[in-house]
Amino acid sequence: MTSLLRIAARRVPARIARPVSGIASQARYVSTSSPIDPSVGLTDDQKELQSVARAFADNEFAPKMQEWDENQHFPVDVLRKGAELGFGGIYIREDVGGSGLGRLETSVIFEALSTGCVSTTAYISIHNMCAWMIDSFGSDEQRFKYLPKLASMENFASYCLTEPGAGSDAAGLATTAVKKGSHYVLNGSKAFISGGGSSDVYLIMARTGGAGPKGISCFVVEKGFKGLSFGKKENKLGWNSQPTRAVIMEDCEVPAENLLGGEGQGFSIAMKGLNGGRINIGSCSLGAAQASLELALEHVKVRKQFNEPLSHFQNTQFKLADMATSLLSSRLMIRQAATMLDQGHPSVASFCAMAKLHATDACFQICDDSLQLHGGYGYLKDYKVNVYLRDSRVHRILEGTNEVMRMVASRALLAE
Amino acid sequence: MSNLRILVACKRVVDYAVKIRVNAAGTAVETANVKHSMNPFDEIGTEQAILIKEALAKSKGTAEIIAVSCGPNKSQETLRTALAMGADRAIHVETDEELQPLAVAKLLRAVVDKEKPDMVILGKQAIDDDSNQTGQMLAGLLNWPQATFASKVELAEKAMTVTREVDGGVETVKTALPAILTTDLRLNVPRYASLPNIMKAKKKPLAKLTVAELGVDIKPRIETLKVAEPPKRQGGKIVESVDDLVDKLKNEAKVL
Repeated sequence: MTSLLRIAARRVPARIARPVSGIASQARYVSTSSPIDPSVGLTDDQKELQSVARAFADNEFAPKMQEWDENQHFPVDVLRKGAELGFGGIYIREDVGGSGLGRLETSVIFEALSTGCVSTTAYISIHNMCAWMIDSFGSDEQRFKYLPKLASMENFASYCLTEPGAGSDAAGLATTAVKKGSHYVLNGSKAFISGGGSSDVYLIMARTGGAGPKGISCFVVEKGFKGLSFGKKENKLGWNSQPTRAVIMEDCEVPAENLLGGEGQGFSIAMKGLNGGRINIGSCSLGAAQASLELALEHVKVRKQFNEPLSHFQNTQFKLADMATSLLSSRLMIRQAATMLDQGHPSVASFCAMAKLHATDACFQICDDSLQLHGGYGYLKDYKVNVYLRDSRVHRILEGTNEVMRMVASRALLAE
Repeated sequence: MSNLRILVACKRVVDYAVKIRVNAAGTAVETANVKHSMNPFDEIGTEQAILIKEALAKSKGTAEIIAVSCGPNKSQETLRTALAMGADRAIHVETDEELQPLAVAKLLRAVVDKEKPDMVILGKQAIDDDSNQTGQMLAGLLNWPQATFASKVELAEKAMTVTREVDGGVETVKTALPAILTTDLRLNVPRYASLPNIMKAKKKPLAKLTVAELGVDIKPRIETLKVAEPPKRQGGKIVESVDDLVDKLKNEAKVL
């Protein structure tokens, strides 16, 4: 209890006020019996958490989403505003400034935040995944050194596994880490790193031993370490509110005490991080689909052709019903996988994989269907639906491609 | 100013963003299955209480914030929001009966008699009925001074100076404590509840009171006869001349 007070005193944030927007976001008839109401099945606490996340998304993310996408702007100030509410360390322990929530609560929060901006929320989720890895596998020295500043987002974190020559074949990574006295010397490069160049802390998987997963270790590398540099900022189809760069190590010196866990444990740490990461990314897809579907519902009531609103045509009605059904199935799979992670279920990896596979595919389709329902207007950047579509497209690729998700699931199925 | 007890009244209302509809019977706004939240002016009130507490803490003072709500079981959601924002404890006066402003004022008076706060903060009005009565009636029942439509509040020892937004402009009044304060839009911008505070709110005390044990007659004094939507917007017309315009204003719109 005293440690909680200590952290509270240290943070003492200026109270985080909502923006004074005179004009309410477009009034909508929000029915609590709607088939796509995301609060169904949640406890009162979870609903309260969802409510705050949705309010933050509506007020802080949604008005800026298109601008951030267009200008490739990384909204550090808004991220830190969210961190003061606890979004920087949602599921890490409270003694280091985290909120100590479960994975189901986390999924609910990311889904709600994503309705405002998928790209920014996805970055928050990656940051949280890295914080969790340090919280779960780090020594207390490492935890207290890094986590309070990650929880407050004074520092940002990036997850570095993928290399130009090792994507789906992650265990084949080639970055080496050679022990030299009190340091490890890292050589190699990582590709497509979210937050690369802007982050302060990099969790880098490198090879300390022989071939395959068991030869890989995980290192906490700080920006400013000798030999660490970054590639150019990538120009992407979506996820434009977060910078993506290569991370380059040329005789990069990392103190030995920055090894996370033991030598050879790195791949296991990386994969355990990804189980949760897959639920997080799936949750971001849910938010994109929820927002896209809400936009479609508004549009079809207003847009008229042949003297009738589009919502009167059976094709439109059936399409919307299919979209809602698909969203609900995705949501249930993601939430079940999150619950299993909270419960420490032994088969959780395959459930996370199947949930991520289903949700990211289905929700991208929902965004695409919503764009179609908008007709020509959907193709204009004046309308938001194109951003949800472009942002959610990459969820089918990263944190393990959906093809790799099939590998994980089939391996579990056939392993009897 | 060492120790202050602040009572903050909160009402659960239909969320401001909802596109409301009149129910089938034409007797009220449809509230079933519709998103509800805390009355925005009550959020401002809760925020003000917390700001006062934080300011007092700087000069080593303390404050206790009690959130109170009168209404059905679901009013507890509103109280939980107040607790998550920073109220210390909550009181729920539970009833499923219709509550009009006078009844609420009487219930709050009974709570004030029990809790003996130094000030009561209410929203200037609720966004469902727009009555703008409860704070004023409560002040009358208690024979306390009132400062309504507050856009700025400064506390001193046993007194407060309040800037009010009125039709003529801005007015500054000073009252002794205990007093009634009602909030207006520009008083402050309410904080988001943080994730840890939402979880901590579960452990804060929430007491329940009944109308009977407070000994209050809450029977409505006003009967609502009919509720209808405003007439649908008609199309506009382009007029050819000023005379034409004046003629239309006089004879069709009947505003001249």
